[in-house]
Amino acid sequence: MKYLPLIWATLWRKKIRTIFTLASIVIAFLLFGVLETVDAAFTHPNGGASGADKLITTNKYSITLSLPLADAQQIAGVSGVVAVTWITWFGGYYQESKNFIFAQPIDTASYFNVYKDELIVSDAAMQSFLETRTGALVDVALMKKFGWKVGDRLPLHSAIWTQKDGSLDWIFDIVGTLDAKDPAQASALSSTVLFHYEYFDEGRNFGKGDVGWFEERVADPAQSAEMSSRIDAVFANSPNETKTQPAKDFAMAFIKQYGDIGFVLRAILGAVFFTLLFLTGNTMMQSVKERIPELAVLKTLGFADGTVLMLVVGESMLLCVLAALVGLALSFAALPVIRGALQGVELSRDAWIPGLGIAVLLALVIAMPPGIRAMRLNIIDALADRH
Amino acid sequence: MTEPIVSLRHVVKRYVRGRQAVEVLQGLDLDIAPGEFVALMGPSGSGKTTLLNLIGGLDQPTSGELTVAGQRLERLGSGALSRWRARHVGFVFQFYNLMPMLTAQRNVELPLLLTSLPAAKRRANALAALTLVGIADRANHKPNELSGGQAQRVAIARALVADPTLLVCDEPTGDLDRKSADEVLHLLQELNRDFGKTIIMVTHDPKAAEFAGRRLHMDKGALLAAESAA
Repeated sequence: MKYLPLIWATLWRKKIRTIFTLASIVIAFLLFGVLETVDAAFTHPNGGASGADKLITTNKYSITLSLPLADAQQIAGVSGVVAVTWITWFGGYYQESKNFIFAQPIDTASYFNVYKDELIVSDAAMQSFLETRTGALVDVALMKKFGWKVGDRLPLHSAIWTQKDGSLDWIFDIVGTLDAKDPAQASALSSTVLFHYEYFDEGRNFGKGDVGWFEERVADPAQSAEMSSRIDAVFANSPNETKTQPAKDFAMAFIKQYGDIGFVLRAILGAVFFTLLFLTGNTMMQSVKERIPELAVLKTLGFADGTVLMLVVGESMLLCVLAALVGLALSFAALPVIRGALQGVELSRDAWIPGLGIAVLLALVIAMPPGIRAMRLNIIDALADRH
Repeated sequence: MTEPIVSLRHVVKRYVRGRQAVEVLQGLDLDIAPGEFVALMGPSGSGKTTLLNLIGGLDQPTSGELTVAGQRLERLGSGALSRWRARHVGFVFQFYNLMPMLTAQRNVELPLLLTSLPAAKRRANALAALTLVGIADRANHKPNELSGGQAQRVAIARALVADPTLLVCDEPTGDLDRKSADEVLHLLQELNRDFGKTIIMVTHDPKAAEFAGRRLHMDKGALLAAESAA
């Protein structure tokens, strides 16, 4: 600590250069914080309104291939399955494609049997939903986002499902709101609209009687793996073989349809830090080169080689860690914006630890070449400007 | 007889430049007693700065025995030599060599960072050293806010602050006008006379050398006749 004032003063020897270097590191860590947070959200998805006691059964070969609704009865008959319901991917958006809506056609009774302990729907809203064929229950956050009210008509455009008249536009009536008891799940629900499967199945002009996937609640979560095998065994060698997995695994598989997001994010970060390494490393080299006579004076005064190395490493560490902290803090400040852009994705602040780890590593790599040069400095040559 | 604080026996310093070996110091023998103020004079390339560097522990002899403050310097490794310098030698350079981003007080504190003194004590000692050289009122000024004479006083305070055994001065007045040079030389003389500091000073300036108690002349790596002050 006693060297801190000296290191701090040295860092600000050329203010403009230090400010630009700090800014470049801050931006890199801001990007790191944002991308790492998004990557973590995709790699470890919350699973929406699904807990550890939930299984999801899809077509064995692709989640884009449907399954017959009739399979529900066979799944319900598997020992250990407490409740089963079915959902189909609607692929909806509101007005513009950027306004993605996770609209799900549900079988009301079975759906709320599976999720009865997790969702909040008022009795009045539920009653109204049951009585309205075109009724829709809309997540409270989504209602607020678009300024919708109960009683509004809600037109949603489906990217997949045409109606009998060839239209892709479906009309719903908002009859109530939907919320989750767990705040983390509430975030995952934030773009959800639930509507009747019967209305959807009657209205669509293909795929009748089919569903996208089944969701099951099981009696014993510890038996999930065994239950999955048991369900899949029922449909083995049938025209519609299944793949059953825990809800969280399903969410991840769903996301991976879009490609390996983690790889893409890491490739971007790799390029950013590779460039940063050279830019900051070069700046640090230049800075130490300019200070060789001063470093020689320190050695003359009795500063040992190791102490001089420590001063250079300390300067680099202060620069990188300080900038990383600012960058990461800014990235966390940006979380609400990201959450708005990635509806339904739960974000965490876990980028702190890897972020600071990278900052320390970066500081060491940047400091080593000039630090070793400073350490090996010959005092006589340096004082005589022959370095 | 008092044990010399600096003792050289057959000291040779040889540099290899390209394929040629150049003998800068040719078997020097020299004793300097504690409390002496010695001026080293001679033309450029005579070897006086090399000799000063050896005595200050910045370099080591190629052969011979070099004992300073009771320590055989040619036997010390790099780390031990650094520690020895921090404890025993204060350096004053021609161009002051102060850290431009630190205040005068912080510059003077630098050698004390190598001690176990607490921060408050370091600050107090630095201020005391600045007071001793008559520049305490400039403690919070940076080097670029000081005149040449003031900057050299700060450098002398830095050299003194850890209470070294000897002061090694390389052309301390070489960058100063006559008036400032005389002030600095009077200061060195006071430090020698009143505080018993041993001072070894390289200079080209015969007037500066007159402030020393003994003047040594060098030429081509050898010591010529010595003369004492009248």
